[in-house]
Amino acid sequence: MKDVLKDPKAYQELVKDKVPKPRLAKNLVMAFLVGGSICTLGQLIQNIYIKFFNFPPDKAGDPTVATVIFISGLLTALGVYDKIARHGGAGTAVPVTGFANSVVSAALEFKREGFVLGVGSKMFILAGSVIAFGVVTAFVVGLISALL
Amino acid sequence: MTVRRGKQTIVYATKPVFLGYSTVGGPKEGQGPAGSYLDKIYPDLTMGAKSFEAAERQMMISAIEMALEKASLSRSNVDCFIAGDLLNQIISSGFSALNIGAPFLGIYGACSSFAQGILLAGVLVDSGAAEVVVAATSSHNNTAERQYRYPTEYGAQMPPWSQHTVTGAGAAVIAARGQGPRLELATMGRVMDLGIKDPLNMGAAMAPAAADTIFTHMEDTGRKPDDYDLIVTGDLGKVGREIVMELAQRQGCDLSRNYRDCGELVYSKGQIDNAGGSGCACSAIVTLGMLFSQNYKRILVVATGAMHSPTSCQQGENIPAIAHAISIEF
Repeated sequence: MKDVLKDPKAYQELVKDKVPKPRLAKNLVMAFLVGGSICTLGQLIQNIYIKFFNFPPDKAGDPTVATVIFISGLLTALGVYDKIARHGGAGTAVPVTGFANSVVSAALEFKREGFVLGVGSKMFILAGSVIAFGVVTAFVVGLISALL
Repeated sequence: MTVRRGKQTIVYATKPVFLGYSTVGGPKEGQGPAGSYLDKIYPDLTMGAKSFEAAERQMMISAIEMALEKASLSRSNVDCFIAGDLLNQIISSGFSALNIGAPFLGIYGACSSFAQGILLAGVLVDSGAAEVVVAATSSHNNTAERQYRYPTEYGAQMPPWSQHTVTGAGAAVIAARGQGPRLELATMGRVMDLGIKDPLNMGAAMAPAAADTIFTHMEDTGRKPDDYDLIVTGDLGKVGREIVMELAQRQGCDLSRNYRDCGELVYSKGQIDNAGGSGCACSAIVTLGMLFSQNYKRILVVATGAMHSPTSCQQGENIPAIAHAISIEF
């Protein structure tokens, strides 16, 4: 038999056999439930802004997003958000709460390096690429829409 | 005199002694199966320090102090201090060395640093270059997470083959004379790369290095796995251990009876939902704590390390790995 330790291809085949399969069904269901709950909460908050604070429906989105971001930031600081995310997966990463978590967690992590070189510069270490490519995509889509 | 046997194995003629040894751990490690063997369990991950990095070196210093105390020695008796850890520029070791005040040799073998430190300490003592050498290593979940992966409060879902970095430290006083377990042989590992790129799959990346070192050790010494009461790898976790078993079986080397992995021993099933523990402290606290308390006659500890960095991974390089083996007699 050929020595597997001298044959990366054969070794990688062996690894494929030994690595446990990701719990796909469970992950999908949890992402749906957790992500769905976050969105339902968002909708509830939006309805409250419309009903009790007299926001017009097309303007109620702004305070809703701000509120949800605040809750996510608070849960991150309290050390709860990452625990929910371990089960929620994409359900906690995709909504705006996941974005807030990535910024707040980085800001907390690098606070000990000071406000300028730590919090200020490292805060967007995870979110930075979302912002950069989000802006570029928005620009390109805007350009196409203006030309059509 | 220290001599070489075969390709990679060192034979210690005087069999240097583990005169004192000590282990400390964080709260999670304290609750695990290895917890009752720790000399000190910190209830909190900050350990009262101003940063997690400061907490990590506090653990290392504390393990060294207790190991010296058990050996009835003081800092002034230490001829050389050898240490390594996972942090950039091995700051836990360097800062601890400042505190200890002894001549210092900083090493880096990632999570294999524990065996590497003991191996080198043995050479210094066996050759007569030193009477007393302290070898130490440490890791901290939060310092490793932020350096290798994400901020600690970032909500990331980890795959089942990922591992949990152990918070803890281990220190051993290796001396020329005295009573205690004895360092008999050591096999220096080679760096191996079989094309694994996933930094979350450390077990698969390091398994070839562990297998290679075990096979070479048996070949160099003419021993069989059964000559040991226990063969233990450092931090391969469940996935890596199964791969080593498979590689050994194909090689005709029977590891089915007495082979375990520290990454699997350090936590219980309910504590973590992935493949096991990892980090420099993983093999250190399990070996010096749990395994040194059992009634073994002879064990082979094969500490494994992944020699990558976040930069090398992001630049698309494979994960090279290493493993060093030390044989200890009781």
